[in-house]
Order: sequence, then C-alpha cells, then structure tokens
Amino acid sequence: MTISAPRRSLPRAVVVLLAFCLCTAALAATPQSDAAPPVPDTLQQRVVACTSCHGSQGEGSPDSLGGPRLAGKPAGYLLQQLAYFQSGQRQHAPMEYVVRQLSPAYLRQIAEYFAKQDVPYRKLAVPAVSEEIMRRGEELVLHGDPSRAVPACDSCHGARLTGFEPMMPGVLGLSYGYISQQLVSWRTHTRAAEGPYCMGVVANRMRESDINAVSAWLANQTPPVGMHPQPASARTEPLPGWCVMGSSGVTP
Amino acid sequence: MNSLRRWWWVLAMLAVVVAVWLALRPAGRLPASPGQRDADAAALKDLALIKRGAYLATIGDCAACHTARGGQPYAGGRLLATPFGDVPAPNITPDPATGIGQWRFDEFWRALHRGEGRQGEPLYPVFSYTSFTKVTRADALAIFAYLNSLRPVNQPDLPSGLDFPYNVRSGLVAWRALYFKPGVFKPDPAKTAEWNRGAYLVQGLGHCNECHTERDSLGGIKKDQHLSGGQIPALDWYAPDLSTQAGGGLAGWRAQDIVDLLKTGQSARGAAFGPMADVVRLSTQHLTDADLQAVATYLQSLPPRAAAAPAAPFARAASAEQGGKLYAQHCADCHGMDGNGVAAVYPPLNGNTSVTEPSGINAIRSVLLGGFAPATAGYPMPYSMPPFARQLSEAEIAALVTYIRQSWSNQADAVQPDEVRLYRHTPAD
Repeated sequence: MTISAPRRSLPRAVVVLLAFCLCTAALAATPQSDAAPPVPDTLQQRVVACTSCHGSQGEGSPDSLGGPRLAGKPAGYLLQQLAYFQSGQRQHAPMEYVVRQLSPAYLRQIAEYFAKQDVPYRKLAVPAVSEEIMRRGEELVLHGDPSRAVPACDSCHGARLTGFEPMMPGVLGLSYGYISQQLVSWRTHTRAAEGPYCMGVVANRMRESDINAVSAWLANQTPPVGMHPQPASARTEPLPGWCVMGSSGVTP
Repeated sequence: MNSLRRWWWVLAMLAVVVAVWLALRPAGRLPASPGQRDADAAALKDLALIKRGAYLATIGDCAACHTARGGQPYAGGRLLATPFGDVPAPNITPDPATGIGQWRFDEFWRALHRGEGRQGEPLYPVFSYTSFTKVTRADALAIFAYLNSLRPVNQPDLPSGLDFPYNVRSGLVAWRALYFKPGVFKPDPAKTAEWNRGAYLVQGLGHCNECHTERDSLGGIKKDQHLSGGQIPALDWYAPDLSTQAGGGLAGWRAQDIVDLLKTGQSARGAAFGPMADVVRLSTQHLTDADLQAVATYLQSLPPRAAAAPAAPFARAASAEQGGKLYAQHCADCHGMDGNGVAAVYPPLNGNTSVTEPSGINAIRSVLLGGFAPATAGYPMPYSMPPFARQLSEAEIAALVTYIRQSWSNQADAVQPDEVRLYRHTPAD
C-alpha cells in the first residue's frame, strides 16, 4: 500500500494569517523614506520653473499680474518671445533669469510643449470700468481708430482674436493687467522686436485711456471653448506691409 | 647748516616728483621690429594655431565679458559692473577702427601679460590680467590668431562709467604695486604633468581666483586665500571655497563630481547656478576630458581649511518650525525631507556649500529666482526650480532659508528678512 500524502488544502484561517503576516512584514520592510520621490522623466516635470507662475498646463495665473496664459499660443511666437527674453529685447527680470541658461533647441521644445496644451480659457477679473469705456474698447478692437491710424486688433490678430500659426499671438484669455502692461512696454521699449515693429507703432499711436479701454474689453471677453490659433492658411486679408510678422505670417 | 637742510629737502621733493613721473608716465607704443612683424603675420594664418586659440579663448571665457547681451560675439559693448563704477568691455574683433585690427601681437601680449593697453596705459583689473599674466606666450599667440580670424565687427566701445577717483588711470599704479606681479605660470617639477596642467588652467586662463577668492575693499584679491571663496563684487553671488578636503567648501567631492559639474552643469553633489551656470554653459562644458580631469586633480590638492568652529553651541533659529513647514510644502518633493536631493537632477541641500556659505546670498537668491541648471551638450534638458519671489514673503523666505542652513548636517547662521528684501531687488542679470 502506498502512502500518499493527504492533499488537503491549508485551512482558510491559516492562509489568512499567513497573508496577514506577509503583508505586515512587507509594510515593515518599506522604509518610511525621507528621500525625494523618483523624478518623472517628462518635460512637464522639467519646466516647473515655468508652470509655477504660468499654471501647470500653461493656462495662466488667475492673478491679474501673474504669469500670462501660454497654452495654445503659436509655438513660433512663444519661441520668439523666449529668445527676446534671452537677448534683452523683451524685459522682465524674472523671465530673463529663468531662460538665461537654455539652448535654442531646449527653448523650442518648451515653446512647442506649451503651444500644444489644450486647456479651457477662463475669464479673468476686470477692474470696474464704466460701460462707456467698455464700448470704446470694443470700438477700438473691432474697428480701430482711423483718426489716429490705429488699426483694429482683429485686422492682424484674426477675426476671432485667437491669432494665427505660427507667429501671431491671440489676445483673449489674458488679464487686464497683462495686456495693458504689454501695450505700455511697447511704448517704453521694454518689449521690442526686430524693427520695424508694428506693435510699437500701434501702441505709440494710442491714447493712454485707449490702452485702458482695449485691455478691459479684451480681458472681459469669455472665449468660447476649444479656441485655438487659426492656421496660417485661414488668413484672408494680408497683414499691413510694415508689420513685423510680414504678409507670410513669418518674421522676415 | 640750516640752508643745507633746506637743500636736502628740495632735493628729496625733486626725487619724489621724478619717481612719480617715472611711475605714472605711459610706457608708450612698443617699437616693432620688422622680423617680429613677419613672424606674427605668419602665425595669424596658421589654421592649427587658430583652432587651438579658439579652444583657449573658450577656456578663458573671453566672450562672456567681451560680448553684449544679444550682441555679436567678442564685439564688446557690455558694461561690467564693479563697486567702483561700470567698465566697458572693449571690442576684440579685428576691426581696424573699433577693435584690435591694428594691434600687433606684442601689444596684445603686453595687455594680457602686463595689464597695459596699446599706449602703455595701465588697464583696469576688471580685465583679469592678475590671472592672465600666467598664460604662456605661445597660448597668447594662439588666442591672438583666433581673435584675428573672427569677422571684424565695427562697434565702438561704450564710454566708461567709473566714478571719481577711480576714473583716473594713474591711480592704478599704486593698485598694481599692491596686487599685481606679472609672471608666466611656473610648473612645479615635484608635481605630475596633470596637476601642473590643472594649476595652469585654474590660475591662468580659467581665472577662477577672480571670483572664488575674497577681495578686499580696494578690490584686490587677498593673498594666501587662494580659491577659499568670496562674495563676487557687484554681482551679489557668493563663489564658494573650492577645497575638497576637510573643512573645504567642496569637502568630500570626488574628482568625478568636479568633472561632472564643469562638463554638464550637474553632479551628484551640486548644480551650477547663478554666474557659475554661465561659466559652465559658455566655457567649461567645452573643455576636453583631459583638461577637466587636470582641473579636478589640481582642485583636489587644495589644502584642508580650518573649520570655522562656532564659539557658542549651535542654536536653532526661533523660526525653525515655520521654516520646516515651508520646506515640507515647497521643497521636499524635489530635494527630499532628508535634504539629499536626487543625484544629478535636484541638488542636495544637506552639506551643500552653496547653502551654508557665509553670506547666505546663494540660498536666498536661489529661492527668490529659481531657474534652470545650464543646458549643456552633456545635459541638454536640465530640470528647474520655481521662483518663489512672488509666492513667499520675505519673512517666509528667511525662515525657509534658515531652516535649510540649519538642518541635517548644515550649521550656518540664520538669515534675516532684511537680507531677503535686499536681494529681492538685485537685478537678475
């Protein structure tokens, strides 16, 4: 007679007990580590110096004087601005310091990263301005001021005001503080481009009160969901000859 | 007897006047011998020499000062800030009108080796001839050949912004008597060739002493404090002690850590930031592996430093609790609660000389400014740190920096909100 070992399964209680012991042992073996967690090998992780002010997806700071929206801006435009911060043609000390050590290739990757972010626009707080000022802002954005040879915003930035690929930025989803600050910067040459630079010309033709009106009206718009810069081919009217972006939409 | 004494007095005064005139008179243009001119002209066409000169000019980081931001390389146009006023860096492209197109090599050599301009006038020591004097004549010729191979750029130098009395060049005679002794580097036969190469690069072209050694109130490099660290005048950063031995700023750094930092901007022990990030990006990342190794070998031979033993037992700042909370919230995700960072990604703060250096400037400004390590060929996509200038108040930053300076193995002085306020407004460039 052969003796066969009884093929009995372990009692359920033993299994549970064993599992419990193993688990607690495993837990005890996991050190309560003070070490930094592993670092994701992603561009998102690399650019925290950008996103801490511009939002985790480049959606912009909710603070009117915080970092402006970058998400969805044309990559060519973003890259050009990063290069201007490096060369000092555009001045803002914190940005100049942050971009200082980066190579053209890395800047391009960062520009493309923010350009492809797809995050809803949001409306930002607008200082209380009168209806009259809002109407003046709307007038300027849609029709310009022929008496001062100020073109309408939408004649270059597009009928939807969301810009064109690859260089023309949109002007919606930006704060009142940011827009007005940029228009002033064009006038004071702390924001410049390779000359002749159209925005410098336009900003210098505007009244100070008009800068306020345009900024308030633009910041007060609620951009529809899913708005993006239009492809360069969507442009129906040529840009003014003196515009730095040129009729091709590319910086000459 | 009385009249004789008076005559002595007059003679003594005359002697002083003559001595001062001899000392102050410009040495004047150098005479040129036709033979020398031909030899120089031949050298300027030697392609191998030009190539070597390009490498040497990169080690010397000449372009960093002699290039305006966004401007043509080596064409000058940059104002160099000093505590005595701004000094314009001249155009050193071979433009005959505004650059060095009409310079002969012996004039270039005299500038580099003796700190004297083309007319023999003493040059301002913001041009680091105190270091460049150690460069050999052969290397100087290569650099001169390279500069002459550049495309000439017509760009007049900016006017000097030096304050009185520093704008009077003859005042430099006294300064030079105190702080400058011309002399090419003399190899130490008792040391290896690698050590000597490293010493030559660090003390000469690399001009590391110009930042990494403390200066006195006259702007002179303190003697006998070779590479022991100092605050960089006008830049408001602290260049740390470079000794890797006990008590040194780089205590415990292996040769490989030094090589890594100079080549890639990152190492297991720390990252390059502030002005050193510029130096790595523009200069040291381009050094050959042999030269990097030589520099590391030399730095590792710097002597141990006397430990600055705190007289009183070390006391933690009262704000430690607030600092600890801020650290856990804003810093620990990258630098770890243990302060050890992630090797070659996020620098350790524990035992990091840039955290514990005496002034506290580096830690304060790093927290204020954030930023990227330099993008280099060896590390093309560095990670970054957020700027906290807008997020945190001066009191919060002071508490946080003090916590970092007094945690783990760190035992440095607390920093005050006033210091944070001061550096919040120093320009980032």
